[in-house]
Amino acid sequence: MKAYFGRRYLVSASHRLHAEALTAEENRAAYGKCNNAHGHGHNYFVEVLVGGAVDPATGMVVDLVALDRTVDERILQRFDHTNLNLDTLFADRVPTTENFCQAIFDLLRDALPAGELEYVRVEETENNFFECWARG
Amino acid sequence: MIFLTRRATFSASHYYWNEAWPAEKNERVFGRCANRNGHGHNYTLEVTVAGEPDAMTGFVVDLKWLKDVMEREVLSAYDHRHLNLETPEFKNTNPTTENIAVAAWKRLEPAINSAGGAKLTRIRVYETPEIFAEYRGEA
Repeated sequence: MKAYFGRRYLVSASHRLHAEALTAEENRAAYGKCNNAHGHGHNYFVEVLVGGAVDPATGMVVDLVALDRTVDERILQRFDHTNLNLDTLFADRVPTTENFCQAIFDLLRDALPAGELEYVRVEETENNFFECWARG
Repeated sequence: MIFLTRRATFSASHYYWNEAWPAEKNERVFGRCANRNGHGHNYTLEVTVAGEPDAMTGFVVDLKWLKDVMEREVLSAYDHRHLNLETPEFKNTNPTTENIAVAAWKRLEPAINSAGGAKLTRIRVYETPEIFAEYRGEA
């Protein structure tokens, strides 16, 4: 029986949207307030959905404690209370939430203790969120 | 195709235990959830059905009808109950969030799909705002 287990995590981080290839004026036009030179921050909610067979012995797709440990080691310790622009992953990529979502997906995909990563959703504010799915 | 979701809440108690395992293993695997006196949650049940809007009413399904089906098939059995002790499907199966999603599907699918309109496509059960499980009817 295939089911999905979902978990939400909070990551507070700062970023600045600024593309090196664009002029200062083009950056302001593209990113508006998000181009502010000193950055700004968000409380990101990261939602992780893991699919897999329900283990008949436990009733679980994935052990919550093991999943939390993986996400803590791979994601929370790396990004929580940091400036995303300074992470090596964003050395040549703008830390938009699209790219942040893709980065989290890539960091978790092969690291899960059980099951397969179905999607990562990153909510930047209450009014916008992004999803990266295993299937297109 | 339109996907329509109805949400409802229920409050229930449960514990996790595998009778085939010694107590020590149950406590190691399930941690605090293995406390045999149980503990409880405010669950949120999300039921998603899919179909085409009816040409006359514009409804995929009548939301009041769906609310009544959820109340009759799931909430009347789970709300303010001890899931391990009072629901037959969890007599020998752990009432994990995953298994509650599967069990809610089994309770709802006959009533929803036999009505001839929309088809049940997804069940989500939130145990807390940060923990949830989903079942889509897959084998």
